[in-house]
Amino acid sequence: MSEIRVENLSHIYSSGTPFEKTAIENIDLCIPEGQFVGLIGHTGSGKSTFIQHLNALLSPTGGRVLCGGEDINRDKQARRDVKWKVGLVFQYPEYQLFEETVYADIAFGPKNMGLSKEEIDERVREAASFVGVEEELFQRSPLEMSGGQKRRIAIAGVIAMRPGVLILDEPTAGLDPAGCRQVLDNICRYRKETGSTVIIVSHNMDDAARLTERLLVFDHGRVAMDGTPEEIFSRPQELVNIGLAVPRATAIAMALEKRGIKLAGSIYTHEQLKAAILKARGAGAC
Amino acid sequence: MSSIISFEGVHFTYPEDELESLCGIDLEIEEGSFVAVLGHNGSGKSTLAKHMNAILVPSSGRVLINGLNTADESQLIGIRRCVGMVFQNPDNQIVANVVEDDVAFAPENLGVPTEEIRRRVDQALRQVGMYEYRLHAPHLLSGGQKQRVAIAGVIAMEPRIIVLDEPTAMLDPQGRQEVISTVSRLCRENGMTVVLITHHMDECVGADRLVVMSNGRIVADGSPAKVFSQVELMHSEGLDVPETTRLIYELNQEGFRLPMDALALDACADALADALK
Amino acid sequence: MLKDITLGQFFPGDTLVHRLDPRTKLIAVVLYIVALFQAGGVVGYMLLILAAAACMAVSHISPKSIFKGLKPMIFIIILTGALNIFYTTGTPVLPGWIITWEGIIRAVKMILRIVLLITGTFLLTYTTSPMALTDGLELLMNPLKKIKVPVHEMTIMMSMALRFIPTLIEETDKIMSAQKARGADFETGGLIKRARALLPILVPLFVSAFRRADELAVAMESRCYHGGQGRTRMKQLRFAGIDYGALLASAAFLAGVIVLKKFGL
Repeated sequence: MSEIRVENLSHIYSSGTPFEKTAIENIDLCIPEGQFVGLIGHTGSGKSTFIQHLNALLSPTGGRVLCGGEDINRDKQARRDVKWKVGLVFQYPEYQLFEETVYADIAFGPKNMGLSKEEIDERVREAASFVGVEEELFQRSPLEMSGGQKRRIAIAGVIAMRPGVLILDEPTAGLDPAGCRQVLDNICRYRKETGSTVIIVSHNMDDAARLTERLLVFDHGRVAMDGTPEEIFSRPQELVNIGLAVPRATAIAMALEKRGIKLAGSIYTHEQLKAAILKARGAGAC
Repeated sequence: MSSIISFEGVHFTYPEDELESLCGIDLEIEEGSFVAVLGHNGSGKSTLAKHMNAILVPSSGRVLINGLNTADESQLIGIRRCVGMVFQNPDNQIVANVVEDDVAFAPENLGVPTEEIRRRVDQALRQVGMYEYRLHAPHLLSGGQKQRVAIAGVIAMEPRIIVLDEPTAMLDPQGRQEVISTVSRLCRENGMTVVLITHHMDECVGADRLVVMSNGRIVADGSPAKVFSQVELMHSEGLDVPETTRLIYELNQEGFRLPMDALALDACADALADALK
Repeated sequence: MLKDITLGQFFPGDTLVHRLDPRTKLIAVVLYIVALFQAGGVVGYMLLILAAAACMAVSHISPKSIFKGLKPMIFIIILTGALNIFYTTGTPVLPGWIITWEGIIRAVKMILRIVLLITGTFLLTYTTSPMALTDGLELLMNPLKKIKVPVHEMTIMMSMALRFIPTLIEETDKIMSAQKARGADFETGGLIKRARALLPILVPLFVSAFRRADELAVAMESRCYHGGQGRTRMKQLRFAGIDYGALLASAAFLAGVIVLKKFGL
């Protein structure tokens, strides 16, 4: 059971000092089990603060967070247990690799859970296969891997805890196009095969639009828009007003609309755009 | 115009490697031009950049910067003051606790007189739009702002060339935009030669010239419109092409006759609008 | 949180004290510390307290920020006090007690010394930017270059360290959160278990510090850094009238404290 329910959540940093800053304010939402959610918004819009509340790394200064119906900040034990249920992969997670071997690093999470040796072994192998890290690499040092490999090993370290909810903060930041594709493919496969909830923070609108079922747009610590990509990108002007980019296909569709050509439907992928243009030509020719 | 950077048959192998990282590069870069170098990781694009200010020197062949051979150690300072380098991680190239002190670092190293340093620092900070932040602590700035400070720190040397090695890889879209518009302004308004190393193809669209690298070789070289129109080549190198080019390419296969060089969003939309009306 | 550490913090301002040449402030603090250890009687200590209070008032540094800086030292201060109270022989406060009048007086003096010592150095770091401080140090130690002391290298290392402290603190916070998200536990267990629990933080921190050092070295070389030779400065330090005044006042102050001591005051 890993439905996440966020009730009236607020977080104020350095409360009561001159540096007081409201990071998020009155957020209410529910993420049902198995949903693929994209979080978008500017740096400083509260996304990072928000996701760190979902596994109790930060405690709310107002409101509460429930996972599977239970308050995750109920007591110390609950705050610790939620780490296994809600796995959080930070930005540039390769910087947290520390063990001498790839195997030991992936095993760190499961070991902290107090699992048996056999169970740990099974999970490490499973997690490594999800991210395409071959077993020949297990005894090598994680530090000698390439950038993309390190990133995937670090993600495996979280997947190995078999969290019902997997959260990734900009998993493709700094990778080249090939590395990005690989990481995103891994994540999609993980979701498909385990049915886990996946929450992904992304600056890349094209990825967010193409992969997710639901988008949450953060702005100034609040959820400014919440809906399917289709709903969100049928109102692209609102995104532009917040100062966010739109998918490249949407940008072309908007430019065409300015020139008097209105394409049918909500357009946010290359395929939709191409199909809509071909359809428009068909209509024009008839 | 004359070329200010020239690579002549440059080969390079890292000491710990067996494979060559650069396999015979011939490249001439004209003064005042904006050149983007695109390639995936391990294509040799960063190695190429590091040859431009003698951080690395060729195993064979030679690199001339403004006529100076980078292998000649007595010319080192002369070459480095001519070529400013900006690196990926802004945190690891800022040396001082205060923005203006950091920008002053290079001219101080060069022994520039005090009043002249002040003038250069103020001018450099104005050029990157960070003058109001001159007394701030760098670690409290955003990624894009830090990278602009790093650029100011380099242009305070008054170099003729500025080489940026994946300057936007760690930035958010807003920071990326800030950096790219800053460097293109430096090129257009101040006549500086800009070499931008990147793996983001959108950043190459505004360049005069696009060089694509793969496995230590130059595989394409020309105007961005011309290079991107070679869609199959780009895909075979594991690189994307801009959405505009891809769309036009695929629509032309469906019987449209759109110009392949409509790379910019507006040009593409104009061409499409004409075709659909 | 780690971010709350005030060590070496600088509060920018434009007061008389802020405007003093860093060399003046460095010398003045040294003179003040010497005076601290020369002071004998009540009058001497009163003068020392008065001087510190006056500097705080002029530089707009609130007692609150000094107390905040004193907090980490509280244990040492209390320990020193206790040791002096219990281990000084003399006239007992009450017959049969171990605590003596002499002990109490010595404890008070010692505590005052430590508190004033820390206050003095805080006044220096609070009102002087780290860059100015290292510049001042370099110039003051310049004569040592003659006997081959690498003064420039030492001071540039110091300013780099100051530059990277906030960056590394931020990084430590991030790594800690990331390991906590993998269930690392830094709060329970005995001493050895806790020390072991630090490995997942220390290893990545060192790896990253080395990477940063590498990249920084390349970046500095690219900006034509080649040691201290032939370097110029944007901000040249110059002694002004107030500097001579402040130095004179500090010297007179020290002399005064020494004279007072001769009279047992």
